[in-house]
Amino acid sequence: MGNETKDHAALAEAFIRDEERVDWHDGALWWIRQKRDIASRQIPEWEALREAASRIKSHVLSNLHDYLLEFEANATRNGIRVHWAADAAEHNAIVYSILKEKGIRQMVKSKSMLTEECHLNEYLIERGVDVINSDLGEYIQQLDNEPPSHIVLPCIHKRKEEIGEIFHEHLGTEKGVSDPTTLTRFARRHLRDVFITRRAALTGVNFAVAETGEYIVCTNEGNADMGAHLSEVQIASMGIEKIVPKKAHMGIFLRLLARSATGQPITIYSSHFKKPREGQEMHLILVDMGRSRQLGRPEFRDSLKCIKCGACMNTCPVYRKSGGLSYHNTISGPIGAILAPNLDMKKHADLPFASTLCGSCSNVCPVKINIHDQLYQWRQVIVKEGYAAHTKVLGMKAMAWTFSSPGSFSTLGKAGRWVLNNIPVAVNNRFNPWFRQRDMPEGPKESFSEWYARNHRPGGAVDPAPKASSDLQSIQPE
Amino acid sequence: MTVGLFIPCYVNQFYPQAAVATLQLLRKTGVEVVYPTGQTCCGQPMANSGFEHLTQECNDLFLKNFQGFDYIVAPSASCVLHVKQHLHSTDDPARADDLRSRVYELVEFLTDVLEVDDLKARFPHRVGIHQSCHGLRGLYLAQMSELHAAPFSKPLRLLSKVDGLELVPLDRPDECCGFGGTFCVAEEAVSVKMGKDRVNDHIRNGAEYITSVDLSCLMHLEGILHRKKSAVKAIHISEILNASL
Repeated sequence: MGNETKDHAALAEAFIRDEERVDWHDGALWWIRQKRDIASRQIPEWEALREAASRIKSHVLSNLHDYLLEFEANATRNGIRVHWAADAAEHNAIVYSILKEKGIRQMVKSKSMLTEECHLNEYLIERGVDVINSDLGEYIQQLDNEPPSHIVLPCIHKRKEEIGEIFHEHLGTEKGVSDPTTLTRFARRHLRDVFITRRAALTGVNFAVAETGEYIVCTNEGNADMGAHLSEVQIASMGIEKIVPKKAHMGIFLRLLARSATGQPITIYSSHFKKPREGQEMHLILVDMGRSRQLGRPEFRDSLKCIKCGACMNTCPVYRKSGGLSYHNTISGPIGAILAPNLDMKKHADLPFASTLCGSCSNVCPVKINIHDQLYQWRQVIVKEGYAAHTKVLGMKAMAWTFSSPGSFSTLGKAGRWVLNNIPVAVNNRFNPWFRQRDMPEGPKESFSEWYARNHRPGGAVDPAPKASSDLQSIQPE
Repeated sequence: MTVGLFIPCYVNQFYPQAAVATLQLLRKTGVEVVYPTGQTCCGQPMANSGFEHLTQECNDLFLKNFQGFDYIVAPSASCVLHVKQHLHSTDDPARADDLRSRVYELVEFLTDVLEVDDLKARFPHRVGIHQSCHGLRGLYLAQMSELHAAPFSKPLRLLSKVDGLELVPLDRPDECCGFGGTFCVAEEAVSVKMGKDRVNDHIRNGAEYITSVDLSCLMHLEGILHRKKSAVKAIHISEILNASL
């Protein structure tokens, strides 16, 4: 994909060129943020729930080793075959070996960001296994050969007319049909055939309970259940951080998840899978894929608390204006920007900078991840590891020198204001990214330091009446 | 009580009128104000760009300039937050700890320390408040819309006492303007789009002025207002609170 050579700023700029689309995208996501606000306010103990969830996740991360073994033992006792995968390659190979042993060449898959991260579909297709995504949004993205732009709303960046066009091209719907109900009915009919004919179904995992060895899959479409209940081989892929200690904890997490994600009280389907049906095989793959490395970074380990609700994306003004695909990573938005550098620091060095550090993400996070503080910390790490642009390093060194002494600062400040007033073209040109769409501030004749020196005698004595602010002359640019 | 006046670098160079208003406002309340003249920058532009390791000289200079004051007050939430979170000293960490606890943003200082109730100001205009993110979510100058918690607003409390001032309600009362330090040039397209959307919210709701505790946000919004030749003006909160009867 051509996206991989461009950074967030360049991809965002391309997205923003169609301003009407940006306004629509921004409005759709802001509407979901508002739904989240309304839903969360209906629960008086909302902030206490967030705190409890955050602490449970802290506890899990501190005792992950023990909980994983407890989960494995209980799941195995239930009849689930548990596999361990260190990385994407191991994960994909395990899935393929399960299918190969059964001679299965077609699989249906419900939403799973982990398998997106592992590029499982591409891997299986290369080996002659056909995979169909059954989540409607992911299905649309798959037809259009694009990754999801949002972890909860995979095709939120597409308008209904574009989806109608994709359906026309790939599924043969009538040209020009864009009514969502009509299109959804069509997709549903198509997916019903898929569910009935597939012998294998793979799902993601939202939570896995250590004390019972069961796992929970949350969807609104029931597509995970349709796949799982009709399959003879059921596979679940989960990141090792998805553990919760007790089933009782689900009362906290399920109340937080859907309210944070879409403003619903709960997902339509919150399905608990505990043991295979008679004659069915049930596999579960525990995947590390960089998570244990992130766990070892004290300033970033809390990022593993994430329950993938997407609330940080919906509230993030940068995400809303730039679109999920501009993050060129499976997990986009603020949470993606703190997870991705752990996977490939060079490739994702731009992402922690794709933020104003406004902090709204941390406030909506149902498990209270300090996302914006981690973005700041990643910036420090990325620069120290040498992934900042050379020109930026020079600029920052020059800035540090300027500010290191009052003399250099006042000289340069004065020079800067003089340039603004006398040769505005030196700064007001297309090479200055500030000026492209914004005017420069006016350059006042006098800095505050100069005004202060003029109005206050040395030794601290003060003029009886300091000059009013209107006395300060500023020069209007032409 | 002696206050050390901390005037951020860009305020000193580009917005001296806000610095003067801050000085006058503090003196009106009867506190003694001293402006240490050797100030440059708090180091935030470098630190937020990932170069916090280059800011020690800024830190040392800040420590030198603001030694011995009861309080340090600045007309900028963003710079104050940076100092509160990141001012460090390699030679004398205890001194840095002490100084960090004495730094206040102007509105915060007027509200929490001086407990000012009414500044006897007059500003007969329709004003929209732009909540700076560092003031809101960093210094908690007002309640954040994301949280399920009781509302309050320190800037609004002071502005509501200003004679003639009409506060303009906004569709999105605490959305970021997109300035974001070096973000404003590194991510120019996103930054400008965010700024345009903020400006339009104020215009749509009938504001004549956009005010804020942070001039960095206002510099960005003002640049956009000027470019679109809007009659709406950006003004720092100190200038409104200092506007006489």
